[in-house]
Amino acid sequence: MPPANPRRDLRGSVAIVGASESNRIGVRPDASALTLHAEAAKNALADAGLGIKDVDGLFTAGVTSVQLGEYLGIVPRYTDGTSVGGCSFIIQVEHAMLALAAGIINVALITHGESGRSRIGGIGAGHRGIPPDSPQGQFEAPFGTMGPPTLFSLPATRHMHQYGTTQEQMAQVAVSTRQWAAMHPMAMMKEPITVEDVLASRPVCWPYTLFMCCLVTDAGGAIVMTRADMARGLQRPPVYVLGTGEGTEHNMVSMMADMTTSRAAKVSGKAAFEMAGVSQGDIDVAELYDAFAFTPMLALEDLGFVQPGESGAFVADGRTAPGGEFPMNTNGGGLSYTHSGMYGMFTLIELTRQLRGEAGERQVPNANVGIAHGPGGMFAAAGTLIAGNANSL
Amino acid sequence: MPSTSDGSVTQYAGPLPQPTPETQPFFDGLKERRLMVQRCEACGQAYYYPRPICPHCMSDYVHWFQASGKGRVYSFVISHRSRPGFEAPYVIAVVELDEGPRMMTNLIGIEPDPEVLRCDMPVEIVYDEVTLEVTLPKFRPVEQA
Repeated sequence: MPPANPRRDLRGSVAIVGASESNRIGVRPDASALTLHAEAAKNALADAGLGIKDVDGLFTAGVTSVQLGEYLGIVPRYTDGTSVGGCSFIIQVEHAMLALAAGIINVALITHGESGRSRIGGIGAGHRGIPPDSPQGQFEAPFGTMGPPTLFSLPATRHMHQYGTTQEQMAQVAVSTRQWAAMHPMAMMKEPITVEDVLASRPVCWPYTLFMCCLVTDAGGAIVMTRADMARGLQRPPVYVLGTGEGTEHNMVSMMADMTTSRAAKVSGKAAFEMAGVSQGDIDVAELYDAFAFTPMLALEDLGFVQPGESGAFVADGRTAPGGEFPMNTNGGGLSYTHSGMYGMFTLIELTRQLRGEAGERQVPNANVGIAHGPGGMFAAAGTLIAGNANSL
Repeated sequence: MPSTSDGSVTQYAGPLPQPTPETQPFFDGLKERRLMVQRCEACGQAYYYPRPICPHCMSDYVHWFQASGKGRVYSFVISHRSRPGFEAPYVIAVVELDEGPRMMTNLIGIEPDPEVLRCDMPVEIVYDEVTLEVTLPKFRPVEQA
């Protein structure tokens, strides 16, 4: 029989020891998706003080792990290509933790790379069309639903109807996030914007205007994980995995049981908080995937930071902006920093930097415990990581 | 060049569904202007999209029936970007049928205006014969008595 809560024994057992973007992010007409993976892997390993030959567990999404292993020239003994959208890398932290804690591997490398803007390399998420005989090809695509702006927006409309959430409140998320981006040297969009600017920007798919939609960029990112004992002997301050969770529900957003709450996110968040043994009030910094302005609002509700329907009022007064009481998406998010397609990796990188205290101008004071969370697909899946520095153990 | 049964010539550019054996009766029904969905005899729930095993209880004791074609708008968006077969602005919606299941569709016969469109507004099916082979289920508002 397993112990009453097997997750609790894993708390703090592994750590993130390296994290980095690719050499440059944003517009990269010089790099294929795989090169973005490789650059990020090289940089994250250098950050950790490890080499590629130390890696024995390879985790990735968007490309297959064999495509990546070939490109990197390694023969890992453990591999995971869980690919359920942008949160895949957050989910892979849980999978890497299990393989590390079991002693099957010693060094896990999780990479992301996507030529979302320049479309170079011919592989990766977004390059696959929708087969006309797939469920989506039969029951969604014939109604002109191609692309996240038309799909991720449906839950927002229902939330507005049910709770009185407004476009102005969503616009505030974009405004607050832009303020964080202004302090990130790699962010694409730094010009300050107002709620009025957001509402007046080009309509993309009502209720979303352009500034409520994420960027489309080229970027890579990677993290390196080891067991805690090894992590303490490496060059960077370990960022310990305190709690993890994952979940899936539908694939097509039209099959989402209740568009005002993600069951996948609730399952994922509950598992992570229970494992970490912390409450929402203990979270010092939050990186919540913002594919669109409403996306992190629903996460605030499903993760229990606010009650259902209260996220609009919560974000409306700039509470998530620099200086606010709830620092959220401190890298500038998918809305203003970068969004190559599967953004979840960048929540992990920023959480690592914040918990190490190396986020420079945008550093959240006394950030000891933080959360990275994201959906995959159109709220189809979810992954959650609660992490902490040495002060959190 | 495809043409519809009323003789008009079309060159429909939108994405067309390709039925599988499990879903063929649904698309065959649409061509006959009937909305065929499935109900599980074991748990009693109607469901969509078509499959031979009930997504609520995993029974394979399911049968097809003709739905009323009436329902309510569960949620909607207004796309401001044209796509092949769709000239912006156009309305994408999820409709909840009176029988329970929800389906992705388009709202037609109504202004694509957030001041006019409402969640929960009553709608009824319109059979949109986009090609000779394919009829798609669209919905329009029901005049309230």
